[in-house]
Amino acid sequence: MAAVLESLLREEVSVAAVVRWIAHSTRGSEDNPGEAAALSSLRPLRKEFVPFLLNFLREQSSRVLPQGPPTPAKAPGASAALPGRPGGPSRGSRGARSQLFPPTEAASTAAEAPLARRGGRRRGPGPARERGGRGLEEGVSGENLPGAGGRRLRGSGSPSRPSLTLSDPPNLSNLEEFPPVGSVPPGPAGRTKPSRRINPTPVSEERSLSKPKTCFTSPPISCVPSSQPSALDTSPWGLGLPPGCRSLQEEREMLRKERSKQLQQSPTPTCPTPELGSPLPSRAGSLTDEPADPARVSSRQRLELVALVYSSCIAENLVPNLFLELFFVFQLLTARRMVTAKDSDPELSPGVLDSLESPLFQSIHDCVFFAVQVLECHFQVLSNLDKGTLKLLAENERLLCFSPALQGRLRAAYEGSVAKVSLAMPPSAQAVSFQPETDNRANFSSDRAFHTFKKQRDVFYEVLREWEDHHEEPGWDFEKGLGSRIRAMMGQLSAACSHSHFVRLFQKQLLQMCQSPGGAGGTVLGEAPDVLSMLGADKLGRLWRLQERLMAPQSSGGPCPPPTFPGCQGFFRDFILSASSFQFNQHLMDSLSLKIRELNGLALPQHEPSDEDGESDVDWQGERRQFAVVLLSLRLLAKFLGFVAFLPYRGPEPPPTGELQDSILALRSQVPPVLDVRTLLQRGLQARRAVLTVPWLVEFLSFADHVVPLLDYYRDIFILLLRLHRSLVLSQESEGKMCFLNKLLLLAVLGWLFQIPTVPEDLFFLEEGPSDAFEVDTVAPEHGLDAAPVVDQQLLYTCCPYIGELRKLLALWVSGSSGRSGGFMRKITPTTTTGLGAQPSQTSQGLQARLAQAFFHNQPPSLRRTVEFVAERIGSNCVKHIKATLVADLVRQAESLLQEQLVTQGEEGGDPAQLLEILCSQLCPHGAQALALGREFCQRKSPGAVQALLPEETPAAVLSSAENIAVGLATEKACAWLSANITALIRREVKAAVSRTLRAQGPEPAARGERRGCSRACEHHAPLPSHLISEIKDVLSLAVGPRDPDEGVSPEHLEQLLGQLGQTLRCRQFLCPPAEQHLAKCSVELASLLVADQIPILGPPAQYRLERGQARRLLHMLLSLWKEDFQGPVPLQLLLSPRNVGLLADTRPREWDLLLFLLRELVEKGLMGRMEIEACLGSLHQAQWPGDFAEELATLSNLFLAEPPLPEPQLRACELVQPNRGTVLAQS
Amino acid sequence: MILTKAQYEEIAQCLVSVPPTRQSLRKLKQRFPSQSQATLLSIFSQEYQKHIKRTHAKHHTSEAIESYYQRYLNGVVKNGAAPVLLDLANEVDYAPSLMARLILERFLQEHEETAPSKSVINSMLRDPSQIPDGVLANQVYQCIVNDCCYGPLVDCIKHAIGHEHEVLLRDLLLEKNLSFLDEDQLRAKGYDKTPDFILQVPVAVEGHIIHWIESKASFGDECSHHAYLHDQFWSYWNRDGISQCCSGWCGTPGLSNSSASASQSAGITGVRKHFLPGILMKCVCK
Repeated sequence: MAAVLESLLREEVSVAAVVRWIAHSTRGSEDNPGEAAALSSLRPLRKEFVPFLLNFLREQSSRVLPQGPPTPAKAPGASAALPGRPGGPSRGSRGARSQLFPPTEAASTAAEAPLARRGGRRRGPGPARERGGRGLEEGVSGENLPGAGGRRLRGSGSPSRPSLTLSDPPNLSNLEEFPPVGSVPPGPAGRTKPSRRINPTPVSEERSLSKPKTCFTSPPISCVPSSQPSALDTSPWGLGLPPGCRSLQEEREMLRKERSKQLQQSPTPTCPTPELGSPLPSRAGSLTDEPADPARVSSRQRLELVALVYSSCIAENLVPNLFLELFFVFQLLTARRMVTAKDSDPELSPGVLDSLESPLFQSIHDCVFFAVQVLECHFQVLSNLDKGTLKLLAENERLLCFSPALQGRLRAAYEGSVAKVSLAMPPSAQAVSFQPETDNRANFSSDRAFHTFKKQRDVFYEVLREWEDHHEEPGWDFEKGLGSRIRAMMGQLSAACSHSHFVRLFQKQLLQMCQSPGGAGGTVLGEAPDVLSMLGADKLGRLWRLQERLMAPQSSGGPCPPPTFPGCQGFFRDFILSASSFQFNQHLMDSLSLKIRELNGLALPQHEPSDEDGESDVDWQGERRQFAVVLLSLRLLAKFLGFVAFLPYRGPEPPPTGELQDSILALRSQVPPVLDVRTLLQRGLQARRAVLTVPWLVEFLSFADHVVPLLDYYRDIFILLLRLHRSLVLSQESEGKMCFLNKLLLLAVLGWLFQIPTVPEDLFFLEEGPSDAFEVDTVAPEHGLDAAPVVDQQLLYTCCPYIGELRKLLALWVSGSSGRSGGFMRKITPTTTTGLGAQPSQTSQGLQARLAQAFFHNQPPSLRRTVEFVAERIGSNCVKHIKATLVADLVRQAESLLQEQLVTQGEEGGDPAQLLEILCSQLCPHGAQALALGREFCQRKSPGAVQALLPEETPAAVLSSAENIAVGLATEKACAWLSANITALIRREVKAAVSRTLRAQGPEPAARGERRGCSRACEHHAPLPSHLISEIKDVLSLAVGPRDPDEGVSPEHLEQLLGQLGQTLRCRQFLCPPAEQHLAKCSVELASLLVADQIPILGPPAQYRLERGQARRLLHMLLSLWKEDFQGPVPLQLLLSPRNVGLLADTRPREWDLLLFLLRELVEKGLMGRMEIEACLGSLHQAQWPGDFAEELATLSNLFLAEPPLPEPQLRACELVQPNRGTVLAQS
Repeated sequence: MILTKAQYEEIAQCLVSVPPTRQSLRKLKQRFPSQSQATLLSIFSQEYQKHIKRTHAKHHTSEAIESYYQRYLNGVVKNGAAPVLLDLANEVDYAPSLMARLILERFLQEHEETAPSKSVINSMLRDPSQIPDGVLANQVYQCIVNDCCYGPLVDCIKHAIGHEHEVLLRDLLLEKNLSFLDEDQLRAKGYDKTPDFILQVPVAVEGHIIHWIESKASFGDECSHHAYLHDQFWSYWNRDGISQCCSGWCGTPGLSNSSASASQSAGITGVRKHFLPGILMKCVCK
């Protein structure tokens, strides 16, 4: 492994090649041969590289950051990283090393341990106490070590010893040899979690007092630590454990250590050493921060290379947990001080010059440089963090110092960010669930059963209230206080149906308390605030923020906390435990499974992909909100389902091994899963709904016991999840694929799952990554839920509160360095003096909000739904209304302004961008009216809608209250959107209008304007063009022949036809350009036939030919049609085409006068120019004609040419003499 | 007006191997005075096209072309003014326009030595004046104006009918106060394949829900019905998720219950009587 890194550092292979090498097992085609060769020899180690890299970095940083906050938990597969120790190499690299140099190693480790592993795990009361003491010290200095349980420093200082036993790749899939537990290194704080480190006074609703607080009281203010982990400690399967090791993880670790001791007979005293934590460095470190200076970075190039590889691994999702790595990087960024590593490490002897021999991070400067390098590669992720984190990042002076460019981008991202996230815990608003439709007598078998149910209900709520009142009191214990009462109540539930009723109640109450949009909605669904938060205005929000800062748990337990039951959830968990009723659990599982299936299959509305413009944002809010509600409900239910389902299998005992394990596996594998999650997952992936399915599945799996991941059924699931994880490469964004934040959510929850202690950590690295892209054959429409932007930062942070650790880390840095830099923690001033006037005071606003809530509580739920619905729709319509009225008006103004501009500036007046700027600067200020208009619109529309939707018997007072609330909500919603977006909207519309106008102005205005429609009076009764074409075609075919002797047309028919043609051309309704073209052509052909006298006329043989006068009349009609009615070009030159002129040649005697007449008329009407006709006549001469015809043609053209250019006065005369001349001509 | 299947078949029966000329159409009109000329022409045209599709290949062998060309040349030498080409086409039972194209192609090959491009031929057929040989130009022109089933003029008529009926349909919908989106509006909304009209509020006609209307300016026989179903309607179905309705132009075989698909044909009563005689709506409901 190290060989790879070394060859990288020696620049033998490129970073890209290494990443390709890791990610795709065999594909090496793009690599140059040298690289490929270098890497292919190391092929067996491919999957061990990432764990090696991660551990390497942790180790390196451990020298620098000895007392930093917890290093990410569960560093992956230490065992895999340094193989060669088939007996459960619990100590990772150290273990491996000890094989090579056992004596020195042990000694050196022991010596270093205190230095490097301070903050490591603590075990047992002794060290713990010590630690507590230190905690106090640190508290004084403002140092926060929330669980400084260090990095997985398996090798305190052991970065060297590269590539040990490459020749003997271990059989990693052998769980006996490499039991999942065994792979966890011993010191790893990540596992012990902050809870171990500091066990603080919880500020949350956690029932922390129920557990013994041996030490770690009074944590420093700056590090109010999490209370949740402690809640976990008291978790059910931990009950009855000795107080020293309450949590499962700790238990596991202890066991592991025991085992590793036994197996290895390792001379190294694994447990106590780390805890000895020498206080000196920490004190020093906590007192002063070392400034970081970019100029003093040592071995820049090496750091860059490693950072690049590391970033690439993160980007390719080769690391198990994205946020864990980010956390680590943030730690490096905010490292306070370098421990003056008096590394007496023998490995650092000057003789060794290998690139891996010298420590990677030799100073704070190196750490920060490395961190900034990595962060630069992950700007996209950073920019999607919440606004608070962005702000802290943007204001981080180290970042500014090391990479002003990144800082600039972050600042821009911060300024553009709207992702305000509130991490406040949902208040345990205690609405009582009462469902009249199910909780009535009709649903019970007997009066007695109903009565019992009612009594149980009462008991349940009594218990609940008692819990609410007392659970925060010190010394109160759930089991002691309520256990017997709960069991007594459960005892009364005899009939099976009573159980199901009670379970329904339980589940409803669970959803309502832990997830109800009423209680927590406002904060949970930040962007789409609910009644409460919307009613409260600015000031109230400020009050809440302050409350949040005071109340919110400051730490949720490091970047990878174990699954917990925060807040009210604790009650339900304890209830289940105390009740310890088999029937109840079974019914609960049934009910939860059903509800999960139902919610998971819920068809969430999907947007049409077409209208993704601004205003649909309004609608999106609603959808996001709905999605969030469904997702959070699912997660809650799945969590409890997992908890109950795996409860019988969890316990303090260590995971079984060997034969015992096999027999357990055999036993368990035949038990059908409580809910067919595999199928649900597969379907979810197929239907592109992973963003809904995976988060709750993760919650479910997080409660699995150790055996579960080994079962085939669940192993499939894990493999699917692993593949999904690998496929979610954040940088690949494409149409129809998953949205960025959706991916981020999935990565966060999956990464968290992979760090859960019960999930074997080798699982992540063992599974062969998807060699091909992970493609599920989707059966879903192209735009599944995954592609819809349903996740926002609020939901992300609500689902994954541990992401907030990043922010805390940064905040800690700021507060720690506040003395120097002035600090950025802003004070929240909840009261103002300005609000004295017309504005209602905050208390009254808050009161108003509470009143509204109380109002809804007293009314049927439908009322609330109605009001919310009305507010939602009216708000949305209001935006559309503004768009259609105000914005449309402004656009019209813009158009007229633009016209003026164009007139004054002439044809090419300025460039469009400039014009647009001018217009926008004039018009955008008008957008301010939008708010007033919007308010007025909501005021006007909402009451009617509420009235219409509520039942008629609604009392007037209730109605008017509901109306007022609806108006308020709608206004709030619309105004929020309008004030944020109106300028952009106006801009966009004006831009579209400008480009439209300019385009219309630009090319061929003539062609555009000239087309006329039919006159207003036209009733569209004209014959259809198709009919006319057909008729004319008939005449043409008659004329061209062959025809029967009795066929022919009457002159009247011809006249009528031309008349109809005129009508049709004047009524444009049915005319399409091609039809008009053909009509024009046919009319020309018809004229030619008329001129050549080729049209067979019905009637007596004497009149077989058309009378001359009639022919002229018809030609006149045609001329006027061409002149007046045709709007397209008429191919008049066809009249003089050889073919049509040739028609004359066939007639005997030849009649030239009509042609001459036609030509003159053409010229006179301006249909053809003289020159044009001359040219046509000229070209006629070139054709081959019979001798006499050619002569006559020449005479005709001479005759035509001889006429004066202005024939107006002579024409009549000419016309008079024409027949004679024509006949003369013909006869000659 | 709905044509019964029997009527339709009777008409189709009369059209077996009849040349597509004015005279044939006149005879047909005399035979079925109750049917409008448009209906008859449409059926004629479709039947004839089916016929040509079947026999097309045999006229396109190089021997056939060569022999036609020789016969044409001989005929023209004898009498350039006689309808040589037209008679030839009728004699070998091929559409005159297509025969003209065939000969023209052959002629150009001979005289210009390079194979003429399709667009050149098309433009010469549209405007025979461009044909370098005067005699051939006349012959071609004669074929085109005498062909009532093929040729540029007929194509234009069909196109015009299609356009007219879209306009008529729109007027009708407006008159009936049915709210709809037309093709242009749909395209502006980003649909790539659209029916002529999507009804914003569906209507029920004879028990079938109509979501959209497609105007087809041709006679809706089974064959075309299936072809359109295949080419267009399923894509509407897939994209818009809506059931289907199209309007046939000149009638439709009443109960085409032999259709293999689940489609049915039915007239739209309210709409029908306002149409020009012979215009029918055909709806395919799924």
